[in-house]
Amino acid sequence: MNHAAHPGVENAASNAKANDISLVFDQVTKKYGRVVAVDNVSFSIPRGSLVTLVGPSGCGKTTTLRMIAGLEAVTEGRILLNGENVTHQSAIERDVSMVFQSYALFPHMTVLENVAYGLTVGGLPTREANQRALDGLSLVGLADYGPRLPSELSGGQQQRVAVARALVLEPQVLLLDEPLSNLDTKLRRHVRDEIRGIQLKLNLTAVYVTHDQEEAMAVSDQIIVMNKQRIAQHGTPRDLFETPADEFVADFICNANLVSGEAQRHEAGRSECVIGGVTVIVPDRKARRGDVRIAVRPDAIRLTGETDNQPLCGEIVYASFLGTEMQYTLQTPLGELFVRSSDVFNTYPLGRRVGIGFADHGLAIVGGNA
Amino acid sequence: MKKSLGGWLALMAFALALVPWHQQEAGFFAGRWLSADWSDKKDAASALFLMLKHGQAVLWPLVGLVAAATAALLAPFSRRARGLLFIAVGVAGIAYLLVLGFRPGWLGLGPQVGLGYGALLVAAGFLFLLTGGCALLGACRGDMFVTGMIGLIIALISLFVIMPVGHVLAKAFVDPEGLFSVGSWFGRMTDQRTWGLNCVFGGGRCGVAWNTLYLAAATATCCMLLGLCFALVVTRTGFRWKGSLRALTLLPIITPPFVIGLALILLLGRNGALTTLVAHWFGVAPGRWVYGFFGVWLSQVLAYTPIAFMVLIGVVEGVSPSVEEASQTLGASRWQTLWRVSLPLMKPGLANAFLVTFIESMADFGNPMVLGGSYSVLSTEIYFAIVGAQTDEGRAASLGLILLSFAVIAFLLQRRWLGNKSYATVTGKADNGQHVALSPLFARVITTVVVIWTSFTIVIYGMVLSGGFVHQWGRDNSFTLRHYINAFGIDFGQHGINWTGTAWSSFFTSMTIAGIAAPLTATLGMMTAWLLVRQKFALKSLFEFGTMMCFAVPGTVIGVSYILAYNVPPIELTGTGLILILCFVFRNMPTGLRGGIAAMSQLDKSLDEASTMLRASSFTTARRIIFPLLKPAITTALVYSFVRSITSISAIIFLVSAKYDMATSYIIGLVENGQYGTAIAYSSMLIVVMLSCVIGVQKLVGRRRLRRQDRVLNDLDKPSIPVKPILQKEAI
Repeated sequence: MNHAAHPGVENAASNAKANDISLVFDQVTKKYGRVVAVDNVSFSIPRGSLVTLVGPSGCGKTTTLRMIAGLEAVTEGRILLNGENVTHQSAIERDVSMVFQSYALFPHMTVLENVAYGLTVGGLPTREANQRALDGLSLVGLADYGPRLPSELSGGQQQRVAVARALVLEPQVLLLDEPLSNLDTKLRRHVRDEIRGIQLKLNLTAVYVTHDQEEAMAVSDQIIVMNKQRIAQHGTPRDLFETPADEFVADFICNANLVSGEAQRHEAGRSECVIGGVTVIVPDRKARRGDVRIAVRPDAIRLTGETDNQPLCGEIVYASFLGTEMQYTLQTPLGELFVRSSDVFNTYPLGRRVGIGFADHGLAIVGGNA
Repeated sequence: MKKSLGGWLALMAFALALVPWHQQEAGFFAGRWLSADWSDKKDAASALFLMLKHGQAVLWPLVGLVAAATAALLAPFSRRARGLLFIAVGVAGIAYLLVLGFRPGWLGLGPQVGLGYGALLVAAGFLFLLTGGCALLGACRGDMFVTGMIGLIIALISLFVIMPVGHVLAKAFVDPEGLFSVGSWFGRMTDQRTWGLNCVFGGGRCGVAWNTLYLAAATATCCMLLGLCFALVVTRTGFRWKGSLRALTLLPIITPPFVIGLALILLLGRNGALTTLVAHWFGVAPGRWVYGFFGVWLSQVLAYTPIAFMVLIGVVEGVSPSVEEASQTLGASRWQTLWRVSLPLMKPGLANAFLVTFIESMADFGNPMVLGGSYSVLSTEIYFAIVGAQTDEGRAASLGLILLSFAVIAFLLQRRWLGNKSYATVTGKADNGQHVALSPLFARVITTVVVIWTSFTIVIYGMVLSGGFVHQWGRDNSFTLRHYINAFGIDFGQHGINWTGTAWSSFFTSMTIAGIAAPLTATLGMMTAWLLVRQKFALKSLFEFGTMMCFAVPGTVIGVSYILAYNVPPIELTGTGLILILCFVFRNMPTGLRGGIAAMSQLDKSLDEASTMLRASSFTTARRIIFPLLKPAITTALVYSFVRSITSISAIIFLVSAKYDMATSYIIGLVENGQYGTAIAYSSMLIVVMLSCVIGVQKLVGRRRLRRQDRVLNDLDKPSIPVKPILQKEAI
């Protein structure tokens, strides 16, 4: 699975002229002096899909985006846009647009002037530029706001103007740099769905940077998880969620518990593992044996009040009620376990001993010897 | 990209074919070369005519290089190959022009002639081919405008700062026979007249180097302490006229530096007002005691205390009130809080104030000139070595070298001190709490000091403004307009206005030259600031250090170096207005640079990037986004560089000519002739004009902006101020 998750870059690079690949990153490295910001990263992005770069701060995701934009120079490797090598082209020459975290609306221009800016700079007559800018504004539902100044708009509206401004240039690739991080939580979902809607409607190729895994899951066709300047895993949201490639992805994407277990038998891509005396079936294509690390998602743990005859028990050390679910922290022989339970009616108090079982899904082997 | 490189190549071809290659005796813009017969008149001819009609075969390689570059542009080369070729052509062209200009003997040419606009355009063309080639290879993310600007600024600084200073270095090694000699350099650098310590051991005078250092240290110590008193009074006492104290900081900007010295003569000289009074009351014989160390020191302290105040007010305000409140809640008294918490936090600011005034004092020319008497310092010694009875360029150069090294050491110390130890505890955003008041006794003491010093300053400026209306100070104190009529008389004759006053000519020259220099200074300063704040490029820190370093060069040294460097081909500028303009541009660039850096740090970088992503070129971004948002900062930079040009003296005293005399050098001339009345009248006129300029601009761009500008001046030598890049909405 893990191997298949990296679409063959060699092939992609040579076939980049094929119509379905929009952007190729080919063994790209970025160094600032001796500090490596992006380390030998390769991926390709199909036309019309939204790909998210996600990872903790400092993982190199924003630098990667800015290299696509042409705002940062590439140290090694190359970038292909529709099969054309753009590695040494300046940002102006590349057919990409970007939406900034801070919106970056020009404060001395009206909304309409902002949206028309890229068009007039490109040499379009003012009248035509304004017409197309208006079209762009209608697309984001702000057709009536043209004459206002950006400072007279709310944060969500400003971000939509920024999107419209980037879209009117009809770029090959739309880049979004943490576009929602300056919005409050409720607005965030709304604008997120709107951006995804426009992307699907116009069949745009988009690269989206965020540090929020939930946001990434919600908008993406594919997710590229980055860690320590490299790609940790590249795949669909479901791939990542169900078969995280390593402990980092399991922790970052699924917020999973990492426990030790023993893989005993392997058959048809599935292994029989024992975790703290409980036997479970876990998918594993690598057929790892012996001591393995297993990621257990918080929702894949089942608690029972029965402690007799249970091979694995634990004590509730922390419990909180979140309305639609319960969150528990358990002290167990495997270490601390974080559990989310949808049963909000039968809850366990602090200090209570409970029996622990595992669901059929939500477990994955993330480390061990092949 | 192709277009602009093609444009430069076309311009180079045009320059080679049709623009005079050599300097024009009558001036390029006089246009006499247009009507001259180029086949006959060698001097007026373009490079093409020189080659065809005058047998100057050495110019052919230039044509070859331009042709090669044109071929590279038109041929279907790869980006990389084209870039490499342009770099090669650019480097070769510049190198060849340098040899042509500086070492024509290598090419078998005879005596040199100054190079003209033809050569200038071709050189610029080669420079931009080189930078364009770098951009093609991916430098600065392939942005030709940025590489071009970096190249241009490096070239300008090399040509107009490094080259002249290099000339000074070289001149110091040349012995009277014109030969290179380490011995004569060593002799000059260790001259008894420079380094003698006779004033300490056995009677006599000390060397000028010691004089300079002693004066600078005395001035700086005093200015720093007075500046601290002012800053404490303004921020931590209930003193009633705080606002007017802040206005004091305007004074050094609008006052020509030697005016204070002049006023001191009127007050304390042999015929001074105070001297006369004291003589009358106490029967003390009037003396010339004000001439010498004391007079210069007093005038410098008067002139530079506001600068120290300006530096310190930011620092004193910058100490977070919460730190002081914390100290008090821990049981410290007000005095203990000041002594053990606040003052230590201000240390870097104090060091900065000391060094800034130290540098100012060393570089000061006007006051030692007017008041020094027999107490000579380096800047005046340099002047007399150039214009004195026996011209000794070697001595001037070596003294300049000593002064330069003092200034550079002080500058480096200052940067070092401030680089690592910035204790500013406030980020410029609102901080709760109030500064702790001073202990009552201490507050009373420093308030008294401040009031006395302020009154003294007011008296001095009163002398300046009233001095022009008196026949002759001390002898005939009756009212007259004689001096003003003498200087600024106007006749309404048949043919319109006749400017009969003697000062008009230099006044208009000053205004014109400063008026031309100001926009150039502001543009160059803003561009450099933009490169430093916004662009990343190889060796940027070296570039930044280099630019800052250039500005540490004292005015006197710049003046000497300019006449030494531009008296001879290939760039002959002595006696022109251009040399004055260049001097102002490179002297005043720090004002624009600092203002630009501070203002630009306030603009969110993503605004530029957004513009870039919308496919606007860097030039368009600068024009449509950055310039409109920086308008107030640019206006301020314009006015300040204008005002500074008008009031400066140290560098231009070497560069003025009969045709281009400046207001300040004219006034110094009046003083030397003993025409104090007219000098004072002219000075007060200048002060009034400058004051109205500054006030007018304050009105224009709003008070808040100017206050921010004050902040900028506080951060005198911190180029990379970590201001949070927030664009305040209400500021737009």
